[in-house]
Amino acid sequence: MAEAVHSTTEHPASAHAALQHHFENMEQQREAGTLGMWIFLVTEIMFFGGMFMAYILYRSYNADAFAAASNALNVKMGFANTIVLICSSLTMALAVYYSQVGKRMMIVVMLILTMILGTTFLVVKAFEYYDKYEKNEIPGRLFPSRPFKWGEAGHGSPAKEPARDGSTERNPQSVQTGQEQKPDTNLASRVEMFFFIYFAMTGLHALHMVIGLGMLIVLTIMAWRNRFSPEYHSPVELGGLYWHFVDIVWIFLFPLLYLLGAHGVSGGGH
Amino acid sequence: MSEHIVSKTIYFLIFGALMVLTVVTYWVALYDFGAMNVVIALAVAVTKAVLVVLYFMHVRYSTRLTKIVVIAGFFWLSILVVLTLSDYFTRPATSGVGGVPASTGTR
Repeated sequence: MAEAVHSTTEHPASAHAALQHHFENMEQQREAGTLGMWIFLVTEIMFFGGMFMAYILYRSYNADAFAAASNALNVKMGFANTIVLICSSLTMALAVYYSQVGKRMMIVVMLILTMILGTTFLVVKAFEYYDKYEKNEIPGRLFPSRPFKWGEAGHGSPAKEPARDGSTERNPQSVQTGQEQKPDTNLASRVEMFFFIYFAMTGLHALHMVIGLGMLIVLTIMAWRNRFSPEYHSPVELGGLYWHFVDIVWIFLFPLLYLLGAHGVSGGGH
Repeated sequence: MSEHIVSKTIYFLIFGALMVLTVVTYWVALYDFGAMNVVIALAVAVTKAVLVVLYFMHVRYSTRLTKIVVIAGFFWLSILVVLTLSDYFTRPATSGVGGVPASTGTR
């Protein structure tokens, strides 16, 4: 192919069927695809980055409310989902591996496993969201019959969570250096802000999961039809990049959203 | 093909490391280290992210151009965070963020 460098509009018949006319060879095509995918992922970093920025700001101003609200999330479900996502990243990575060595059935198996794990994540997330709905912890008035409520007896109140080290629990309000002690309405509005950020970030993440699952369906069909080979498997590779990126977002979301107050509300001062 | 194929062994090793670090991040959060809780949580999360980027996403074996794009992406994100925080953290303590009162309800 080196002799035919500048007659690139037509490849010889021996070239791979998937080679597009504007690329010299399969390797150049693959590297260009990887670069393009990463440029897309950088825009995604910025997309999520703006939300992480909002999170950092609001949390730094409302550490006590964020710790209290974080305790209202289901840590077990969040932890389980983290494990599920890491497993799905492994199966996705293995799907890429089997596409590189050209084992068609193993690609299909790994992609299907990845889809099962991704669906498991979304189902758990749906249970969590429904729990928030039942407890009136959906921020704003999205459901007119269930406006946001916080701090009433029975659920979600910061006092419900016992301090695990046995120390006497401090009133979260006293952590603040407020000149006037405002009652719960202030805390509730600041807790509501946590839930706005929680739903925006996990919702955007879940949307990416749904898109990822759609992508996996297409990849599975392509793998089933034997479209991939050691020479051509960029779709699996690039799909893997996307899936791992979504996993990374969750790697940050889990500790930042679920574990703020796990050591007791008294630690809300950081 | 000059493409580097990451072995299954490495994938499983990274997977194990990610699992261990997930348990670590949960376990550490149960104890009160004051301001260090955030630092530890972020350090663990960044370590996990770097492992995923380098091995699962093959950046360690990618072209230099790809590496530069990845690094530039996270560098630009750090510009967003550092410049924004240098603004907010040098403001008077009483001002809140975006309409939500910080603590005293002055807005």
